[in-house]
Amino acid sequence: MTEATLETGPVPASGAPPHPIVEFWRYFRGNPGAVGGLVVILAVLLLAVFADVVAPHSPVVTDQNAFLKPPVWQEGGSWTYPLGTDAIGRDMLSRLIHGARYSLVIGLAVVAISVLLGVVLGLIAGFAGGIVEIAIMRLMDIVLTMPSLLLAIVIVAILGPGLMNAMLAVAIVVLPHYVRLTRAAVLTELARPYVTAARVAGAGTLRLMFRTVLPNCMAPLIVQASLGISTAILDAAALGFLGLGAQPPAPEWGTMLADAREFVLRAWWVVTLPGIMILVTVLAFNLLGDGLRDALDPKLKR
Amino acid sequence: MTRTLLTTISAVAFALAAATAGAKTLVYCSEGSPENFYPAINTTGTSFDANSQVYSRIVDFERGGTQVVPGLAERWDISEDGTVYTFYLRKGVKWHDTQKHFKPTRDLNADDIIFSIERQWKESNPYYKVTSSNHSYFNDMNMPKLLKSVEKVDDYTVRITLNQPEAPFLSDLAMEYAAIISKEYADAMLKAGTPERVDQEPVGTGPFYLVQYQKDAVIRYKAWPKFWGGKAKIDDLVFAITPDASVRWAKLQKGECHVMPYPNPADLDAIRKDPNVQLLEQPGLNVGYIAYNTTKKPFDDKRVRQALNMAINKKAIVDAVFLGSGVPAKNPIPPTIWSYDDSIEDYPYDPERAKKLLAEAGYPNGFETDLWAMPVQRPYNPNARRIAELAQADLAKIGVTAKIVSYEWGEYRKRAQNGEHLMAQLGWTGDNGDPDNFLHTLLGCDSAKSNGSNIAKWCFKPFDDLVVEAKRVSDQAKRAELYKKAQRIFHEEAPWFVIAHSVQYKPVRKEVIDFKLSPFGRHTFYGVDLK
Amino acid sequence: MLRFVLTRVSLVVPTFIGVTLLAFVLIRLVPGDPIETMAGERGIDPERHARLLREYGLDQPVLVQYGIYIGRVLRGDLGKSIVTSAPVIEEFATLFPATIELALCAVIFALLLGLPAGVVAAVRRNSIFDHGVMTVSLAGYSMPIFWWGLLLILLFSVKLGLTPVSGRIDLLYYIEPVTGFLLVDSLLSDQEGAFFSALSHLVLPAIVLGTVPLAVIARMTRSAMLEVLGEDYIRTARAKGLSPLRVVGLHALRNALIPVVTVIGLQVGVLFTGAILTETIFSWPGVGKWLVESINRRDYPVLQGGILLIGTVVMAVNLVVDVLYGVINPRIRHTR
Repeated sequence: MTEATLETGPVPASGAPPHPIVEFWRYFRGNPGAVGGLVVILAVLLLAVFADVVAPHSPVVTDQNAFLKPPVWQEGGSWTYPLGTDAIGRDMLSRLIHGARYSLVIGLAVVAISVLLGVVLGLIAGFAGGIVEIAIMRLMDIVLTMPSLLLAIVIVAILGPGLMNAMLAVAIVVLPHYVRLTRAAVLTELARPYVTAARVAGAGTLRLMFRTVLPNCMAPLIVQASLGISTAILDAAALGFLGLGAQPPAPEWGTMLADAREFVLRAWWVVTLPGIMILVTVLAFNLLGDGLRDALDPKLKR
Repeated sequence: MTRTLLTTISAVAFALAAATAGAKTLVYCSEGSPENFYPAINTTGTSFDANSQVYSRIVDFERGGTQVVPGLAERWDISEDGTVYTFYLRKGVKWHDTQKHFKPTRDLNADDIIFSIERQWKESNPYYKVTSSNHSYFNDMNMPKLLKSVEKVDDYTVRITLNQPEAPFLSDLAMEYAAIISKEYADAMLKAGTPERVDQEPVGTGPFYLVQYQKDAVIRYKAWPKFWGGKAKIDDLVFAITPDASVRWAKLQKGECHVMPYPNPADLDAIRKDPNVQLLEQPGLNVGYIAYNTTKKPFDDKRVRQALNMAINKKAIVDAVFLGSGVPAKNPIPPTIWSYDDSIEDYPYDPERAKKLLAEAGYPNGFETDLWAMPVQRPYNPNARRIAELAQADLAKIGVTAKIVSYEWGEYRKRAQNGEHLMAQLGWTGDNGDPDNFLHTLLGCDSAKSNGSNIAKWCFKPFDDLVVEAKRVSDQAKRAELYKKAQRIFHEEAPWFVIAHSVQYKPVRKEVIDFKLSPFGRHTFYGVDLK
Repeated sequence: MLRFVLTRVSLVVPTFIGVTLLAFVLIRLVPGDPIETMAGERGIDPERHARLLREYGLDQPVLVQYGIYIGRVLRGDLGKSIVTSAPVIEEFATLFPATIELALCAVIFALLLGLPAGVVAAVRRNSIFDHGVMTVSLAGYSMPIFWWGLLLILLFSVKLGLTPVSGRIDLLYYIEPVTGFLLVDSLLSDQEGAFFSALSHLVLPAIVLGTVPLAVIARMTRSAMLEVLGEDYIRTARAKGLSPLRVVGLHALRNALIPVVTVIGLQVGVLFTGAILTETIFSWPGVGKWLVESINRRDYPVLQGGILLIGTVVMAVNLVVDVLYGVINPRIRHTR
């Protein structure tokens, strides 16, 4: 719909550049992978929002007569549980659908936390310079040198296992990327004449930070953030797999995998399906991120 | 020149290979790496399995049972009042002479016995702190308070005097922590300035000696030809360290190992069907339970406790979580222990009656409670969270809202022992096969105080009197009677929802002869043969 | 050149101190302590607990402990594991070669497939092959590798019976550890079949661990090649009539390698994270599993020592990458 409107919309007068958003959409649309990713993400989003309506069962209610029932197309399966049940008789399909909520929330929350913190730290480092900058950047180096999963495990161990803490741990682990990115962008922008001009015009540091410089380094941040969602989902799932992420009975996909590991020889569906969900969702975000980068990065445009 | 040397080497290698071809090698797929080779500081069955092949003890448990039989001591006397034990040692017991840095010059004697005990007991002993001074079991078995003196009567006689009679004392000495190590070796290493070597390159008097240990990979032993009980029937013993249960099973199936512990319950069906494998099974010496905090409302009312006992579907838990690797429990001690009272009838699963009982107690609409689940897998409880989830669903049906709570494992135990919970899961694995080790340790008044292992905080005089008396009597029949009475009281008062005793399964390949299950869950390979 | 290396090294020192301090403090913030954890359900009475803490020096303020620790580290003593009482350095030395062997094989696997795939994709830009490579590599990049490992075991070991399930070698073979690398040791041991056995045990774990680097390398090689192929000197070379193979292979690839090498270097940390998961799935006796266990057991000295050693390796590799960078591309060396 939107697409159609844009296409038939008034053609800008020749010579005048198209509105940036329109231009962005053109590039983006030309990338079938990115559009595919977007479609999948929208589908997952719909599943998450309407999980209560779509899912045939509750994700946590157990059926004591149906432990480890196979999917419908296999012998012993039934339409009651189209994708089978897990070890304590919960409907796999419903759990997978509800799991979408967790993964999306994890992805978005982690990125939100790390972008916010990262931008603030990066701005401070870029503007303050001197000892503050050195301290912040060294700290980020240290975090980067620690094996990231190990650091996340330790943080979760300190805070206690759980979804919130796992998200926090992942956010801390990915933080340095945003700090570095922001600082680098700030340093580039600060050298530009328009910043000097704004300074001369008497803009305060805060205004300079958020109104003048930040909007101009948004592009790389958006790209990094969209790719960061997929990293966040993967890392949180890995923590879940090690028993440190979302806690049962929450149907988070990584946690489901951890729970199902012992049945790998006996019930393939409890092991395979959550993994496929993770893979598809992460892949979709990566495709989207790639598309965004191509559309936003002027260097790659031609 | 080089060439001839090479051919000689390969010729030797070939000869070795030929010699070992006829050797009987038993491979055991163990579940993890041992902590080290000093049993007195070990706490895990994995470590005990690894070092009990190497060492002997004063007395032993019979293979496949809990009866105490002679070990390094041929026989013993116990004084009338039950406080003086005199042990008469075997003569001509040879120490392993297979380590690089030490060759024994004498047989085992009383000095070794005294040294092995004092090393864990007296801080003045130069070896008290070597490797570690954390002698867990020695302390857990209350030895520092129990022991009065350990004396050498002559080279082959040792006298141990206790401060008070303790019926399970002999069983305590048969446990792995009481392994006997060589004083001569210890002295020599102390002189050489490398005392830790005693615990890294173990010299024992056991049926096998250690050849090689690679962390997380393999332990190799060879049969000790001069073992006091006669050489083992197998020649080589290999522990293939394989932490993943499904993987162990895959290896056993392929014939890459002969015996494996802790199969994945999900694989049991397949194991039963395999024609090359025999599945041994026995209820383990353990119990898993949910303890009600009897000092807090509403669980100070026994009707509430009984009601909850009827509200939780035990069979469903055992089916779904233990997957057939557990038997529903009704008593606080496992059925393999003497004095187990089989005549007791368990609470039925009956939500209706439970509801009524709750109403009688003044909770017609139920109440809110917490339900603790430990964060780790234990031998008596394969998945505490899953049990909590199932119990939570059952309790909801009678109006009780349970919130699942968990803490880091050390923290969990500490908080539970402080009685911070309303309902908490925990369990126990028996140490020495004595009922005292369950009934007094887990339910006596002594341990109901803060920090004690009675996490129901249940101090009930009539029960406590029985189990304390049973500690002082040495006649087993009489003790059994006391313990049976105690189990009746336990049933009526219901301080726990007893979940299950996990069954130990041991898939063993058919070519293995005479492997016996140990009620303690240990793996003894002396006496085992291969076809 | 020497100055360049020295500057890099001097930059590493504060990071190094920071890493050790952070590891030291963080592990102590984890609730519980090694003694509590070892006690299990039987617990330990407070008095004995306090005495043991004192004996391990854990009753001191953290910074004092750190000072003592660093002093010992400078004398080459990383301490002893509280759980096993074995020196940390010794445990590391037995386990680390396994991790290295696995990681090296994973990288080799990734390079062998990733480089050619990336080059061909770039040369045949927008062909079906190009799209295929890009899609597959993006899928590889999105792979939850813990799940990937389970899947491969299920398929190759269980269903097809092609590869062994776990471990490093059949225990039939008694291999005396010489280098710690079983591929080498098994050859040295001169036992028939030992090498093949070690190799077959390596295949699945190496594929699993190599998946993400493979994806990254393929994508990186492609984009670097595309950039280089557009440069003037390549056009000149082509115009001079050099064979396409020479142009692509010699001139373009050489220059495209620079970002690729950097990426491999940056992947070391990622590789280690992957190793933790891979080792867990395949019962591979390496350091990843060891460190995770040490967190669960609150084995402070092991975690501290392990992170210190791993950190050193990561930093060393980064340094080597920096230097290599200079070697491949002399321009960089001279401008610094």
